[in-house]
Amino acid sequence: MKDEVTREERVTKLKGLGCSRKRVEDARFTQGKGNYVDDINLPGMLTGDFVRSPCAHARVKSINTDAAMALEGVVAVLTAKDLEPLGLHWMPTLAGDKQMVLADGKVLFQGQEVAFVVATDRYIASDAVELVEVEYEELPVIVDPFKSMQSDVVLREDLDPKAPGAHGPRKHHNHIFTWEVGDEAGTNAVIDDADIVAEESMYYHRTHPCPLEPCGSVASMDKVNGKLTLWGTFQAPHVVRTVASLLSGIEEHNIRVVSPDIGGGFGNKVGVYPGYVCSIVASIVTGVPVKWVEDRMENLMSTAFARDYWMKGKISATKEGKITGLHCHVTADHGAFDACADPTKFPAGFMNICTGSYDIPIAYLGVDGVYTNKAPGGVSYRCSFRVTEAVYFIERMIEVLAIEMNMDAAELRRINFIKKEQFPYHSALGWEYDSGDYHTAWDKALKAVDYDGLRKKQAERVEAFKRGETRSIMGIGLSFFTEIVGAGPVKNCDILGMGMFDSCEIRIHPTGSAVARLGTISQGQGHATTFAQILASEIGISADSITIEEGDTDTAPYGLGTYGSRSTPVAGAAAAMVGRKIRAKAQMIAAYLLEVHDDDVEFDVDRFVVKGAPERFKTMGEIAYAAYNQAIPGLEPGLEAVSYYDPPNMTYPFGAYVCVMDIDVDTGVPTINRFYALDDCGTRINPMVIEGQIHGGLTEALAVALGQEIAYDDMGNCKTGTLMDFFLPTAWEVPNYETDFTVTPSPHHPIGAKGVGESPHVGGVPCFSNAVQDAFRPFGNRHTNMPHDHWRIWKAANDLGMHD
Amino acid sequence: MIPAAFEYHRPSDIEGALSVLAEHGDEARVLAGGHSLIPMMKLRMADVPHLIDLQDIADLKGITIADGIITIGAMTTQHELINHEALFAAAPIIREAALQIADPQVRYMGTIGGNVANGDPGNDMPGLMQCLDAQFILVGVDGTRKVPARDFYESAYMTNRDDEEILTHITFASIDAGYAYEKQKRKIGDYATAACAALVTKDGDKVATASIAMTNLSDVPVLSEAAAAALIGTTCDTAAVKAAVAAALEDIDPTEDNRGPVAFKMHVAGIIISRAIARAWSRA
Ligand SMILES: Cc1cc2nc3c(=O)[nH]c(=O)nc-3n(C[C@H](O)[C@H](O)[C@H](O)COP(=O)(O)OP(=O)(O)OC[C@H]3O[C@@H](n4cnc5c(N)ncnc54)[C@H](O)[C@@H]3O)c2cc1C
Repeated sequence: MKDEVTREERVTKLKGLGCSRKRVEDARFTQGKGNYVDDINLPGMLTGDFVRSPCAHARVKSINTDAAMALEGVVAVLTAKDLEPLGLHWMPTLAGDKQMVLADGKVLFQGQEVAFVVATDRYIASDAVELVEVEYEELPVIVDPFKSMQSDVVLREDLDPKAPGAHGPRKHHNHIFTWEVGDEAGTNAVIDDADIVAEESMYYHRTHPCPLEPCGSVASMDKVNGKLTLWGTFQAPHVVRTVASLLSGIEEHNIRVVSPDIGGGFGNKVGVYPGYVCSIVASIVTGVPVKWVEDRMENLMSTAFARDYWMKGKISATKEGKITGLHCHVTADHGAFDACADPTKFPAGFMNICTGSYDIPIAYLGVDGVYTNKAPGGVSYRCSFRVTEAVYFIERMIEVLAIEMNMDAAELRRINFIKKEQFPYHSALGWEYDSGDYHTAWDKALKAVDYDGLRKKQAERVEAFKRGETRSIMGIGLSFFTEIVGAGPVKNCDILGMGMFDSCEIRIHPTGSAVARLGTISQGQGHATTFAQILASEIGISADSITIEEGDTDTAPYGLGTYGSRSTPVAGAAAAMVGRKIRAKAQMIAAYLLEVHDDDVEFDVDRFVVKGAPERFKTMGEIAYAAYNQAIPGLEPGLEAVSYYDPPNMTYPFGAYVCVMDIDVDTGVPTINRFYALDDCGTRINPMVIEGQIHGGLTEALAVALGQEIAYDDMGNCKTGTLMDFFLPTAWEVPNYETDFTVTPSPHHPIGAKGVGESPHVGGVPCFSNAVQDAFRPFGNRHTNMPHDHWRIWKAANDLGMHD
Repeated sequence: MIPAAFEYHRPSDIEGALSVLAEHGDEARVLAGGHSLIPMMKLRMADVPHLIDLQDIADLKGITIADGIITIGAMTTQHELINHEALFAAAPIIREAALQIADPQVRYMGTIGGNVANGDPGNDMPGLMQCLDAQFILVGVDGTRKVPARDFYESAYMTNRDDEEILTHITFASIDAGYAYEKQKRKIGDYATAACAALVTKDGDKVATASIAMTNLSDVPVLSEAAAAALIGTTCDTAAVKAAVAAALEDIDPTEDNRGPVAFKMHVAGIIISRAIARAWSRA
């Protein structure tokens, strides 16, 4: 029979790599048919709610639960005393520290979990929370890490002040770790002798990932079968299963962890929270399912924050502007417990990517982690581990150096970029950048926005301002970023000892459709759409015929989960590899069916053809059917495969961003007139999904740069516990983004893809911030700290005498 | 964010509502759009054992304009205010101000009555009503009384309304003046950092009358008679506006919050007031 369909049409039908296929998830999300943790309701289910500390630092003198227990519908009120016999009143953190599940003798931050009320419904539980009487004796509060390092007040009385922590010796009872990378003496020597040195201190304020859906879990202990099922907002469900098994003593095969639909994570849902542990214990104690879902304020005040880095930098250069050395010291405020979510050997994440996109011969990074009376966390909010801090640091240092040298900041970047021919590039702080072409991207970006024209306009505006004709000034924000994503090689990246590989398993059904399962879990990234595209191109069956499943540990292969833009670099690679295994077997089946030697058939889009005789072929559909209905000598029936992928290196996406902004110096109100984002994430799987990710990441970058913060007063009261004060931008505040791209495939990833979900956040924050700061540069600004909300922008103008 | 238990009442006339109020005293409160009261109940900052929903009381709804007098039922939503063409023709400042309140979702629910009765210094309508010299009609078991908006506010959340009274209507004269409602906020859905309502009429090239009121710059809305006086009789030139701003700033007493410290608020208030005056004058 003659094949009427052209090859091009066959490619289109696959909806494989490069296709802007609509997201298959959206049918249910846009119709309110998602299935989130709070949608899970089981017969007889109880609800838990927390009694939380109003004090930031206090001794807990007594807890009286009598009145709460007397309320009809209250089943249990758990305190640390109840958890202690199980050894669950404390739990290990991902950072090698431990954290109280329920207050054990004292509380260390406002909002800390003190008691867990279990009742027949959510309303009764909340009423009972008010009836639990807790007597506190207030202790001195420390919210400043520098003061903490000087203070006699011991925050963590449970730790031996002399004993080393998880990351080596501690200098002080409130000190957590020192982490050093690079050559400090050598760097200092270079800086001391340099023509030009620029120094700056900057505070990257505390903020919060604030996913739309807060955290929660439903635990169901089936005492008859000895099985625990745990549904929860988990970015890493398999690791949760392992941790739950280690903590509870229940064998791992008797635990099933399910991440259902997740309404955003952004790092907030990587760690383990007291609520998860309490729901499990409560279910074991009561013998019925127990649900715990926090509210917005609880999410903002007690679950993992991001950033809170005090960064001090020194950068040196020759007279021509060639950077010669970089020194960075960070005082990291980790709050009451070190609950950062970083690979074990990286207590400050990948902060040592802070040499950025520049060829810097020598550098040093030192990070000191410190305890304070603030909520624990330190997660990577829409970025790979601490990369946003690193990129912000270097992109500000570049600007400050440009000011010091009275040079154009775009040109200074160009002079210092790592050159295309230098890749793979070994950075002074230990990374091997896999690939890049920075100059091409930079030139394309500057041309797209007519950079020289913008500078001319800005200069005219400065003159007009000086003449008193306008009160509006203009800023041009630049940023060039290099991300480091896809953790990661098992040899140096693990979480609680689990190597950071990932996995994909696929079963092709007899009629040529398939189900594939991965160790990752989508929280809005669109995995069900894009992973099917990778498989479609590799295997030759349409993406529409491939169901993607993630998040159920009873069915999915083990993987380390989704964060740090690792899904495409690691699980996406596993998907490509599993596709190749399927193809290898399919080739043998095709050869058998076509009665030729294996080597005489070749893959072509959706089929195997006999070399040199393209009219003789077997489609993947025919091959799949044959796999189940023919006895093929030497081959097992069926068509399925599994792949565990340990990446040889991280991937290094990069991009060039420009923001054009007006600032009203009298009110401090910024207006973003243009935002151009060029991203290079290597091979582009689904351009529409990429664009969506970029819009989202830029919007969160705008939020952080222009106002989003978790702020405390001196008493340790959280001042930003609601969305009235915690800035979550709406369509109104967000500019029209222009997106663009170059393609520099990763040389070691099976399809050359690099991951993109977090790039826009990483590159966006410095871009928005630089735009604000650049507007004030002609008036003498060097650096002002984020968040650039109205009053701080106004203060920048005021400090520069612009209101006189 | 879970409120305590409460009884829900839904009377179909004002008498019914008044009798529940009388029966339960300060244990009871009326519910309009719920977009101020319900969040307070969820935060357990307001304890309301008896909630009286006013939404079935037809008499509290609607806008009438007759003989130059505008009467707005307390249960009229901000969305309805914005979309009422006759109201826009008679008092365009209402639409301009209402569009700066919260976001569309809140405006579908929030009512003018709830907004002015609430007594939150952040609410935009109270300052606007003072600027317009509106009258609030209050009904209690002892009858009906009229209170000028300018006399209604005592301190944050404390008003001249008796606990057992219901605000039924708001009335004010239609305007024939240059108008402006100017507001600075951090984002959509935020209360004002500083806001100002201004009405200015012209006689020849001089200011004939002026009315200037401000929002969220004290614990109550502030009508600045001194600011108005500074404008009247002038050509609304830079010096006059400056004098008016200086006078208005004398009348306010902002406090520091997450929007910024007092110095910032005073400065922004000055800018917002001068912009409101300038825009109102340009339309006079
Ligand atoms: C996110 C958000 C942003 C907001 N931003 C703004 C803003 O920028 N500007 C602004 O002005 N408002 C803002 N609001 C408040 C909103 O406009 C409210 O809806 C309004 O203040 C109250 O109106 P309501 O109908 O919802 O009243 P409710 O919440 O039902 O009642 C408020 C109070 O008034 C009392 N009350 C109501 N009606 C009567 C009556 N007829 N007689 C006597 N007492 C009565 C109630 O008992 C209660 O104490 C915002 C609200 C939200 C949720």
